[in-house]
Amino acid sequence: MSSLEAASISHSFSDKQVLKQIDLELKEGRIYSIIGPNGSGKSTLLHVLSRQLKPDHGQVYWKQADLYRLSPKKVAQELALLAQVNDVMDLTVEQLISYGRTPHKSMFQRLDEEDQLIIDEAIQLTKLEVLRKRNVSQLSGGERQRAWIALCLAQQPKVLFLDEPTTYLDISHQLDVLEIVTQLQKTQNVTIVMVLHDLNHAAVYSDEVIVVKEGRIYGQGTPKEMMNPGMFKDVFNVQADIYEDQDNELLRIVMKPLKD
Amino acid sequence: MSKKEALRDRAGWKGFIVVIFAALMVISTIFSIQFGSANIPLKDIWTTFTGDIQSDFQNIIWNIRVPRTFVAILVGANLAVAGVLLQGIMKNPLADPYIIGVSSGAGLAGMIVLILYPHLPHILTPVAFIGATIVAFTVYALAWEKGIAPTRIILAGVAISAFLGSGISALMVFYSDRVQGTIDFMVGGLSARSWPQVEMILPYSIIGILLAIIGIRKMNLLMLGDRTAKSLGARVEWIRFSMTAVATLLAASAVSVVGLLGFVGLIVPHTARLIVGNDYRVLLPASIFLGAAILTASDTLGRIIFAPIEVPVGVIMGAIGAPFFLYLLRRKMV
Repeated sequence: MSSLEAASISHSFSDKQVLKQIDLELKEGRIYSIIGPNGSGKSTLLHVLSRQLKPDHGQVYWKQADLYRLSPKKVAQELALLAQVNDVMDLTVEQLISYGRTPHKSMFQRLDEEDQLIIDEAIQLTKLEVLRKRNVSQLSGGERQRAWIALCLAQQPKVLFLDEPTTYLDISHQLDVLEIVTQLQKTQNVTIVMVLHDLNHAAVYSDEVIVVKEGRIYGQGTPKEMMNPGMFKDVFNVQADIYEDQDNELLRIVMKPLKD
Repeated sequence: MSKKEALRDRAGWKGFIVVIFAALMVISTIFSIQFGSANIPLKDIWTTFTGDIQSDFQNIIWNIRVPRTFVAILVGANLAVAGVLLQGIMKNPLADPYIIGVSSGAGLAGMIVLILYPHLPHILTPVAFIGATIVAFTVYALAWEKGIAPTRIILAGVAISAFLGSGISALMVFYSDRVQGTIDFMVGGLSARSWPQVEMILPYSIIGILLAIIGIRKMNLLMLGDRTAKSLGARVEWIRFSMTAVATLLAASAVSVVGLLGFVGLIVPHTARLIVGNDYRVLLPASIFLGAAILTASDTLGRIIFAPIEVPVGVIMGAIGAPFFLYLLRRKMV
């Protein structure tokens, strides 16, 4: 079942058209990576899909309903975004995470035991137990990113959008983030849509990749279908050698500058 | 975790600070009623309030000291709340009622009344209020383009303020003989403010502060960043607009009553923020009490320090507030 759908989306910033007539269908419970070179419009696409940015033209449908006509609060109960840049907050980890319950509460309602359980679960999943009373400003980059992910988890979304979640992190923390995301999809059937810079990560961790080039969808499919030398040449302007392991699972892409 | 931070995060500590600020407000209120051109014994203040015995000072207390102190409390609270809202909305530590044009709007409107229509002093407050509001909304409209970017508001505000400032200067040049009567308004003073001014500002204070309290959760969401706030279902543009409107009404009512009192809206929220942190549940009440306390105390000091000459409260605020603020900044930022 397709749960999120984009129909001929176009969007411009001042004079520059960033998205051009994009059609897209995302199915429930899968992991999608949006890849493409800088300036291809992949972050803008993520923002349009996550109700952050109303496109100039075209519609986004969430379960057949126009996403931008639904109330923001209702949408927030089902869609969550991990933003690319997050400010350093003067809050404890637990306080930060508790904000994830906001869309499920009315204006003056306090958090109850059930909310606390959900917050605890988010803390466990992101392995933040020992840090829960720490101030977010004292955490390392990797810990901080996990705390912000936990905030999204406490929201209990059906779809989690992540905007370059691994940028600026050490490799071990990058993998932590991707493992958490995979676990979320496996155990709770959460649909994951992320913009990834690292193409090897995209190859390993996604069910489908969406390749964006100059504001258009170049192609969408499994990593194996999409990640081929032709695509790398067309979209990223590099020469790529693709190596597979014995089970024919896609494993490793080695990229080199294109020879003239 | 350092000791200082451990202390800062300890439960109850921040609530305790709020209580301290409230106590400071009460103490400065008592001082403000007690001290001035005539010092009133505490027992006379007490009997005046309880109404037991007629006191010689009853007239001074009821008609001069109490309303003036009342105005100081309300103005201090209003400007502090306006500042604390604007800093959160604009994500800019320099945001204050000046930045959105409130002060320059009230300033030019007030100067026009004081210089061109000096025979109509009673229209000063309403005209200044209207000027402040119009200019604030003009700045907001100018900064609008598919939503509000805080930097655009700040730049538009600075430009409009400079434009209106040149109008103020022009008035002062052409009517240099009448400038004397405008000084109190230009630097911000509480001299001769009484019950009419209380009546003018009180409704705005009550409504504005109530709306700010209602907005506490939304302000906290904004602190998480626009994208996260949106992801959590907040209507970011609406919060920005409505809270700017609340800040405008609070600041405009304050400025139109006391004149261009700068600095309160900037340093009080910052001082409160440095001490209690960013959580508006604590930050808002802390700013209210601290704003009221500082303004009331400064005004009291201004009345007695060079008596019988009265130093306008704006001068005291700048002279004492700025160094104290710098001291706090140096200690915390390192």
